[in-house]
Order: sequence, then structure tokens, then C-alpha cells
Amino acid sequence: MGNLALSGTRTSSGALTDGMRLGAGPGAATFVLGLAYGAAASAAGWGGAVPLIFSMLACSGSAQFTLLTTLPAGGAVAAVTAAVLINARYLVMSVALNDSLRGGRLRRGLQAQALLDASFAVGHRGNGRFDVARVIGASIPQWMCWVGGTAAGLLAAPSAHLMYALGADVVFPAFFLMLALDELRKSRRAIVAAILGAGIAAALLFVTNPGNALLGATAAALIGAVHGRRRSAQRATRTS
Amino acid sequence: MLWLSVLAVTAANWAMKAGGPLALGERQLPPRAVKVISLMASALLAGLIVTNLGGTAWNDVNWQQVLGVGAAGLARTLRAPMLLAVGCGIAVTALLRHLLT
Repeated sequence: MGNLALSGTRTSSGALTDGMRLGAGPGAATFVLGLAYGAAASAAGWGGAVPLIFSMLACSGSAQFTLLTTLPAGGAVAAVTAAVLINARYLVMSVALNDSLRGGRLRRGLQAQALLDASFAVGHRGNGRFDVARVIGASIPQWMCWVGGTAAGLLAAPSAHLMYALGADVVFPAFFLMLALDELRKSRRAIVAAILGAGIAAALLFVTNPGNALLGATAAALIGAVHGRRRSAQRATRTS
Repeated sequence: MLWLSVLAVTAANWAMKAGGPLALGERQLPPRAVKVISLMASALLAGLIVTNLGGTAWNDVNWQQVLGVGAAGLARTLRAPMLLAVGCGIAVTALLRHLLT
């Protein structure tokens, strides 16, 4: 029993370390984005405390950038609504993660706070199961880099022109591509879902904001249900 | 008003991340839903790449950025380590922009 518990601890801490190692790459990308966010918040006159505490508490580039850019133009209610809607995908992701979590509702809800886009991909073990320690591990360097990047951006305030010239805008999509390439090796259905997801997001970008387009892209995963239904029908035909 | 907006977005973010576990608790999803979830990461990552490159209403498309991301993907396909592959992408984009200015 003791050995079992010990090996469980080892596996869990190993997964946590593994997650931290895998989260370092996306973390580097997050640092660059945090730098841009800190610089933009400083330029918008948000001061130092608000952006830094916002990064520490929310750790969400999409929502934080949305609030920063829409608050001056659209008013507080519209800006908050836009920032919340852009992160609606986390609701879908938390449902996906729930089967792999342990404990009561509150404990599960607390564990799910580690959800970040890259961590969701890094923690996916296949067949809809997630390694929660890996998800948490991957989020640690990303959180540190996001907060550190925000602080660096507030202090250094690099110009948008310099960030552009250095190709900083490549970092995030390139890391997502790296994670996608790893994910696509898992199955042919994953390739189909990715192509469909890209197509849905591409089409939705014409009519809605990137957050909603992203939420729409997750609908591509529904082909999993269609495939399952076809297989069941084939099995039923064979049996009869 | 700024603090209030920041706190509202933060609270909503926490609520959405906890939404699934709070609603479902220990209830397991049916097998078909698990099959859908197994494809969620692929669909989400593909969407993230597209929305990052396109931006609102496709107004942010920048061909140097697209080529840089493509170069990173090519380097990774040729078995380059992740950080090196991303570094290649950044270098390609920065070089293109340097040559064009």
C-alpha cells in the first residue's frame, strides 16, 4: 500500500515536472505576449498595479487584451461582456477536463483553474482523458512568464514597432502550431477535426470576433460523435 | 470603474473554468461525449492558429508572419526541437521585415 502510494506520488510529481518542461516553450511565448500587454497597458494609462494584478489573477491574454482595447471605446459593460465572451471556450474545456479530475465539486473547480490553452493540449493523453498534474505543471511556467512579461512590459515599455521588427508576433501562433503537430500525430480523426476547426474559425472571423470564432472551432470536435454513431451502426449491421 | 471591470472579468474567468466541474461533479460523461472531447484539443489548436494569424475580420493578416509560422512548422516537421523551430520562424519573419524596410 505504501509502495503504491509512493509510486502514485512519484508518477504525479513526474507528470508535474513533465508538464513544467512542456509548458516552458509556450511560457516563453507567453512572456513575449505579456511584454506586449504590459507595454500597451502602460501606454493606455492603466498604471502599474492594475495590469500586474490583473495578470496575476486572471492570467488570460485574450480577455485582458480585449478589456484593454474595448474599455476606452465601448464602455465598461460592453468591454466586460466582450472580455468574458472571448473566454467562453474555457467552459467547454472545463467540461472536457472534468472526467479526469478527482474529489468533490469544489476541489475539481479549483484544479480546473489551471486550465490554459496550451496546458489543455499538453495534458491531453488521448481518448478524451487528461493528465491533471501535467495540465497544472504546464500552467506554472506560463503563469510565471505571463506575470513576468507584464511586469517587464510595464517597466521597459518596448514600442510596438520594435516588437514587430523582431518578429514577436510569430511566437504564439508558432507554438500553437508545434502543439497541433504533436496532437495530429495521435489519429486521423484529429487531423480531420483540426482541418474542420480551422475552416470554421476562418469562416467565423468574417462575422464575429476571434473569441467567438475560437469557440465555434471547438464544434469541429463533434465529428467524434458522428464517427462513433457510424461505427455503432456498422457493428449493429454486422451482428444482425 | 477600471478596478471593477478587472475584477468582473477575473471572476467570470474563474467561474467559466470551474463551470464544468461545478455542474457535473463526479458524474462521468457518456462514451460519445468522450469521443468528442478527445478531438477538442486538435480543433482548438487549429482555431487558435487561424485566429492568431487572421485577427478580427481578417484585418491582421501579415504574410511575413504567416511565412515565419510556416517556417517554424517546417523546421518542426524536419524534427527540429520545439524552441529551435520557433526560433527559425521568428528569424525568418524578422529577416523578411528587415529586408523590406
